[in-house]
Amino acid sequence: MSLKSADIKRIAHLARIEVNDIEAEATLSKLTGILGLIEQMQAVDTTGIVPMSHSQDVTQRLREDIVTESNQRELFQSIAPAVEEGLYLVPKVIE
Amino acid sequence: MEWEVVIGLETHTQLQTKTKIFSGASTAFGSEPNTQACVVSLAFPGVLPVLNQEAVKCAIKFGLAVNAEIAPRSVFARKNYFYPDLPKGYQISQYELPVVGKGSMTIQVGSGDNAYEKTIRITRAHLEEDAGKSVHGAQEGMSGIDLNRAGTPLLEIVTEPDMRSAAEAVAYAKKLHDLVQWIGICDGNMQEGSFRCDVNVSVRPKGSDKLGTRREIKNLNSFKFMQQAIEFETRWQIETLEDGGSIHQATVLFNPDTGETRAMRSKEEANDYRYFPDPDLLPLAISENDINTVKAQMPELPEAMKARFEAQFGLAHYDANALTGSRGTADYFVATVNEGSDAKLVANWVMGSISAKLNAEDKDISASPISPSGLASLIKRIQDGTISNNAAKQVFEAMWAGEGDADQIIESKGLKQVSDTGAIEAIVDEVLAANASMVEEFKAGKEKAFNALVGQAMKASKGKANPAQVNEILKKKLGA
Repeated sequence: MSLKSADIKRIAHLARIEVNDIEAEATLSKLTGILGLIEQMQAVDTTGIVPMSHSQDVTQRLREDIVTESNQRELFQSIAPAVEEGLYLVPKVIE
Repeated sequence: MEWEVVIGLETHTQLQTKTKIFSGASTAFGSEPNTQACVVSLAFPGVLPVLNQEAVKCAIKFGLAVNAEIAPRSVFARKNYFYPDLPKGYQISQYELPVVGKGSMTIQVGSGDNAYEKTIRITRAHLEEDAGKSVHGAQEGMSGIDLNRAGTPLLEIVTEPDMRSAAEAVAYAKKLHDLVQWIGICDGNMQEGSFRCDVNVSVRPKGSDKLGTRREIKNLNSFKFMQQAIEFETRWQIETLEDGGSIHQATVLFNPDTGETRAMRSKEEANDYRYFPDPDLLPLAISENDINTVKAQMPELPEAMKARFEAQFGLAHYDANALTGSRGTADYFVATVNEGSDAKLVANWVMGSISAKLNAEDKDISASPISPSGLASLIKRIQDGTISNNAAKQVFEAMWAGEGDADQIIESKGLKQVSDTGAIEAIVDEVLAANASMVEEFKAGKEKAFNALVGQAMKASKGKANPAQVNEILKKKLGA
């Protein structure tokens, strides 16, 4: 699989990262290198091996369904750029 | 050309837990904005999610209720997109390995002679967190964000594209709505957004086995809107294709005021969520033992209860189906039967008078002014012959209006049926003496005259005589 500069721009846009043309070229060669590594790994026979989803072979610990958090709105909102009537204000979202 | 509509549903059910899926913040509805938004809901740096065991139990319950495979190992993934009500920049969901796998549900569509049953395949159900809410118009040029809902546990239930009409889709949604409440995992409140449906609609020439391009109708929060939205969308797609146009994959919104659907955003770009396993969460392991523990706490499911009602009480399939339509109705029925009433009589009252009253007053059965023991005391008086069926209807009306219990009302309204043989004989004698011509007609072979005489006797008793006894005594006296 080969990437084009346009793919880099698109991925960067999806991740909301600003990438200029020079950076895009540099990123392209780095990502192509990573994809090459993946291609190499795909040659390995992994039949019967469960895909790994975490680096440690342990499972999720569960929490009891008990309220442990109290209302700390004032504290949290003291560092927010803009609040009104308990709401965090952000630039208008248009659907 | 004849067209066929193909429909699949994705339903977000809010799980009835006290706390959020990955933190100990409360999930109570209607609190002041952001008073239930803890550091995890706000996505402060360095915080870690810890999974709520109750949410997992809810997922297992659902899996058991639809005969689905429950994954011994499932994985949480990040779904990446940017929106202010999602401060982390990703939603924790499940992608490749969901907690609940393939299952199925049987639905009843239509009523009367046109009614039919159909099995809808469930593709999967997965656990995920809800986002916050945006409030518009708080200030010019700004949107307000309330993160109380952020992190509320959801079970997203996905079907195969198995439905072929708006009626089938609504029947499935209603059945699912009943089921999640029945097993106690969701309160089903559609107004508060506890049960939200996304409907995927596509059309294709009838007989084709290739799926058309689908459009997704988002966030339908009533069954009526769902019906309207699907009907409009189906017509729109057919007309577009017949006019030589093509359908593009899109997300559409339904406008209840115009009854129309309208494209919201093109899906191609938004669709690239770049899922990957969430490194903050380990795989979720569910053992056979965990499943058995939940199984032991499960209520009897509607399908099993329906079969039992048919076998144990001899109820018709249709009646058993109606009585198990909701847990409330089923519980009411069982409670009344447990008071000693005849099951068939109870079924008739619950599906007849009670259901009609509840519909007219838009009430749930839990709000019925007549309790199961109240209904049982009324039925007892029908069964022991104290009142006639006609009188029972009057007693029912009075009980519904809160005029007292069955016996008080029978007493105060003087509705007691006369079953005293001597008294009825006296009435019958009077009637026979006063209607000699009818007696002659009967003796001459006119069967109808007999019914007229019964009518006269009932009238003479002001409707209080036991009709069965009147019949019997008349027959005896006429030597019939």
